[in-house]
Amino acid sequence: MLPLSGERLDAKGIVSDKINSIDTLRGSSTVKRGFAHMLKNGVVMDVTNVEQAQIAEEAGAVSVMVLDKLPSEVRKAGGVARTASIRIIEEIMDSVTIPVMAKCRIGHVNEALVLQETDVDMIDESEVLTPADELRHIWKWDFTTPVVNGARSLAEALRRIEEGASMIRTKGEPGTGNVAEAIKHIKKVNDELRTIKSIYDSGDNQELVRMAREFKVSYDIVEQTAKLGRLPVVNFAAGGIATPADAAYLMSLGCDGIFVGSGIFNSDDAKERARAIVLATTFWNESDKVKEAQKMIDERQSMIGLDVNTLELRMQDRGGSA
Amino acid sequence: MSLTVGVLSIQGDVQENVLSAKSAIDELGLDGNVVDVRTPEEISQLDGLIIPGGESTTIGHLSLVNGSQKVMKEKIQSGMPVLGICAGMIMLSNTAKDRIVGKTDQPLLDILDIKLERNSFGRQKESFESNISMDSINIPKFNGVFIRAPSVSDVGSDVEVLSKFNERIVAVKKGNVIGTAFHPELTKDTALHKYFINLVNTSKN
Repeated sequence: MLPLSGERLDAKGIVSDKINSIDTLRGSSTVKRGFAHMLKNGVVMDVTNVEQAQIAEEAGAVSVMVLDKLPSEVRKAGGVARTASIRIIEEIMDSVTIPVMAKCRIGHVNEALVLQETDVDMIDESEVLTPADELRHIWKWDFTTPVVNGARSLAEALRRIEEGASMIRTKGEPGTGNVAEAIKHIKKVNDELRTIKSIYDSGDNQELVRMAREFKVSYDIVEQTAKLGRLPVVNFAAGGIATPADAAYLMSLGCDGIFVGSGIFNSDDAKERARAIVLATTFWNESDKVKEAQKMIDERQSMIGLDVNTLELRMQDRGGSA
Repeated sequence: MSLTVGVLSIQGDVQENVLSAKSAIDELGLDGNVVDVRTPEEISQLDGLIIPGGESTTIGHLSLVNGSQKVMKEKIQSGMPVLGICAGMIMLSNTAKDRIVGKTDQPLLDILDIKLERNSFGRQKESFESNISMDSINIPKFNGVFIRAPSVSDVGSDVEVLSKFNERIVAVKKGNVIGTAFHPELTKDTALHKYFINLVNTSKN
């Protein structure tokens, strides 16, 4: 049973095929959102090459996300950050059995189409790269490949789902090694979910309409979400996660899984840290296991964290008004 | 007697299987509860186990970490019914080969003698839903949701084929053990979960 429903029958991403005269359907919400379900309680790791991807797979990652540069390196390099080299994405797809994701720029339809054609398993329309369109995100219903988007609030999450996102992750502040923003965003989404659920339970439809207008989304999606009391798609935490305890804390806040960006491969103990973060994500509610995981890493090997108040570039603000 | 059915809660589609199994028990009018389980102690209390879809490498590695893999194997070998879905079926198999990468050395339960190919239908863009049938267990029509699904190319003499899609085996059964390449928990149809719960009920009583 899939409580997380929602379908646009006119979606161009839905493909009806016949395989040996048997009717099949690809790119439906069940198939796209279902893919995200299989990642639940897992860790998706940012990687830039085959070696890192294999370390991630051996550590028990549920998927890898291919980038040209890790978010912290994007910060240092400045300039325009674009999607990764297709050759490297393909090399990684040929060398690991777990799903491979890749990032495209916000609003960059053709970068996303290139990734779909490359056959990545999921596309991340991501604020880590330089946005190509500040006003619009991609209309994701046109894609057969599922797309994940970042969000800092329930309003942003619902806007992305209305555009066809099959999965949501909090934005946090990528490339900082500072988990504070990820915590802030997941707590904000949770608070807002509680609010609309209590409004729904009280039967005050007029207030739900007002919320929908405030969120800049349709009444239907607000009502559906309020009734569920959770996002109608899988919701992960991301942005600044660097230690096993960071991962365990975010899991305890009710997110469905974790993305780790720079935290692993910018540390000096990547192999151990990758395993430790997976361990802490799986066993987040068993404190002895989280301690064991935390013991596997050395704080002196952690990436240097950044204070989010002094950043020149706040990636989370990119595409946030759209 | 009240049934206790567990869903292995390491990683993957746990909650949906809990809901499907609960609905199945209600629809059958049986007395029982469904719990998510992870530790060897929890698994040893069960009358039946569902190993859900997810990433088989992750589920394999982490079920070794806390010793749950060993208990699962002992319980299944001593007759506890188990339903392995997608990654769960891979876990039940004795060998797993990836369509692109080739042979993998992931930890497996080695229960089903089947020749299994991971990611057999292609990557996520090729994932699909389609009607399939499992006639031998009286489910003539079922919406199969295949997500980066494995398939079985050959089975040992003691393994029964329950369903095929385009000449590829997508559901198998050997006594108390069922494996499917598709995800019954992603549909509203509880027919397969009901079949499994009945198996648990028969085995207990």
